Amino acid sequence: MIRVLLPLPIVLPLLTAGLSVLLSRRQRWQRALSVLTLTVGVVVAGWLLHVADTAGPAVVQLGGWAAPAGISLVADRLSALLLLVSALVLLSVLLYAIGQGVADGRRSTLAVFHPCYLVLAAGIALAFLTGDLFNLFVAFEVMLVASYVLITLDGGAAQVRAGMTYIVVSLLASTLFVTAVGLVYAATGTVNMADAAQRLAELPDGVRLMLGLMLLVVFGIKAAIFPLFSWLPDSYPTAPSPVTAVFAGLLTKVGVYAIIRTQTLLFPGDRVTASVLLTLAVLTMVFGILGALVQDDLKRLLSFTIVGHIGYMLFGLGLYSVAGLSGAILYTVHHIVVQTTLFLVAGLIERREGTSSLSRSGGLQHVAPVLAVLYLLPALSLAGIPPLSGFLAKLGLIQAGTADGGVLALVAVGAAILTSLLTLYAMAKVWSTVFWGRVAEVVSDPDPTDAVQVGIARTPRLMLGAAAFAVVGGLSISLIAGPLYALTSRAAADLLEPARYVQAVLVTS
Amino acid sequence: MTGNLTLALTVGVLYAVGTYLLLQRTLTRVVLGLGLLGHGANLLLLQSGGPAGGVPFIGAAGGPSGAGTADPLPQAMVLTAIVITFGVSAFLLALAFRSWVLTGEDDVQDDVEDRRVARRRPDEAAATVRPEDEL
Repeated sequence: MIRVLLPLPIVLPLLTAGLSVLLSRRQRWQRALSVLTLTVGVVVAGWLLHVADTAGPAVVQLGGWAAPAGISLVADRLSALLLLVSALVLLSVLLYAIGQGVADGRRSTLAVFHPCYLVLAAGIALAFLTGDLFNLFVAFEVMLVASYVLITLDGGAAQVRAGMTYIVVSLLASTLFVTAVGLVYAATGTVNMADAAQRLAELPDGVRLMLGLMLLVVFGIKAAIFPLFSWLPDSYPTAPSPVTAVFAGLLTKVGVYAIIRTQTLLFPGDRVTASVLLTLAVLTMVFGILGALVQDDLKRLLSFTIVGHIGYMLFGLGLYSVAGLSGAILYTVHHIVVQTTLFLVAGLIERREGTSSLSRSGGLQHVAPVLAVLYLLPALSLAGIPPLSGFLAKLGLIQAGTADGGVLALVAVGAAILTSLLTLYAMAKVWSTVFWGRVAEVVSDPDPTDAVQVGIARTPRLMLGAAAFAVVGGLSISLIAGPLYALTSRAAADLLEPARYVQAVLVTS
Repeated sequence: MTGNLTLALTVGVLYAVGTYLLLQRTLTRVVLGLGLLGHGANLLLLQSGGPAGGVPFIGAAGGPSGAGTADPLPQAMVLTAIVITFGVSAFLLALAFRSWVLTGEDDVQDDVEDRRVARRRPDEAAATVRPEDEL
């Protein structure tokens, strides 16, 4: 059973992506196929989480080749949890995109959208499930190639400019990744992560540190941490809003997942890396949120908040304690849902106002009160207002930081509180300029032929419903916070004991 | 593990030239630079398997695990990496062409933020100068 179901979240979207290309003239079939595939993905991910939580890491050796030589797929608590959250987010964004596509009636771009979106889903699932370093590179490439097409879907001047930046930076990171994989293989003779974990421990400290930091740089580019984030606010806002939403929620978090996985499994508890991570966390939080404060464009502002909040996850990882890692995982789950929701709502605001510029919007609460509620809840959650999920996740991290007691950890706690306050300020600024004040004139669509139709008074029900579904998803994190925090704590305990993971992979072979 | 000096130097030169081209303003040079960087990385990956040797086939002289056979795993990984580099380069070229069609030039476009800051500066300068002009 597990031999079939574990590869399913990867294989099924790839198969249906192919089918989807064949069905590109039958829009209804294509839509139904995508929804069906991602729904199956949610169910399978939920089942995998149940198995991983009750029976330990589920492992499948692809093609029947034993572990060090073959490729292993591993679903432990961390990967299964993130897989489930990403499957739910992918599904709600798909519904939103379908709502937008149906309303705007854009046939040509939609026909490309569905297959690429499914390939993206497969790449994300593979990145979470793979237990092989080179296969992780392939997963990133599958995901990125789909994202290259999605970000330039429209083919306008702005998209091509932003897409070029995005692709060149991603390719540079991929080249570094191949280099790092080559060096790991040269040093250890294996790319299987469980096997490498054992052999890396025998290497001289200097070599191990170099490999660890090199992988940190590679994943740091994907996760947009402090000195390597400038590509993100420049490229994300130009894509159509469903695409930006799914990128904002998931792509950076796959980078964060890869950092957590490699730093805990391959290079556990290195003091140098720990202090580097904490320093980077402080800088990422502060620079990201300061960048957000000065933006006039709503989507750019939200893109900078992604950068700022990636810092929280690094902070939890840098502590290398159960409480810290547990907080980091909970924060990742919270941030995937909330950031995606905010971008979906930003898309609705832009559609309604005709612009995402803050200075040209105003008084939206009078004309669209539902949008105001949909914006306010995730915005307050992002800023960390109790009892929303952002507060609980931040509380966990801050408690872990004070329990650690080191100077860097306390500085990071201070930075976390400051960032939280500044996020509240940024979110309140958006609220007061977009929703309060005089009702602004709707800006007419500067380019009515592109994929993004704006300045339309009527919001399609499906788009609104999908955004509302995401908001409710974010709220329900606070409802199930107790069991969820217990689960993330168990996942964190697993991460700090890599021997369990190693044994699960190498013994089943 | 023993290395091959010629290959190591080639990897170094490819990285250096690739990085240089990547820092140019012309899109075609950026694309070429990424290609060269990719070749450098693939060569490094190939070299990570150790020195070249006999064919790693069952039944060949020395057998699959015998001494003196080449390590097949990095070769399989390099093939995968080459295919990926090839596909992405094709997409990148198409995008560079699209950029040329849209803008009529082969340069990397200015950063949006930079342009905004550059535009703002004369305004602010004007704002500070204007009261004095009125005096």
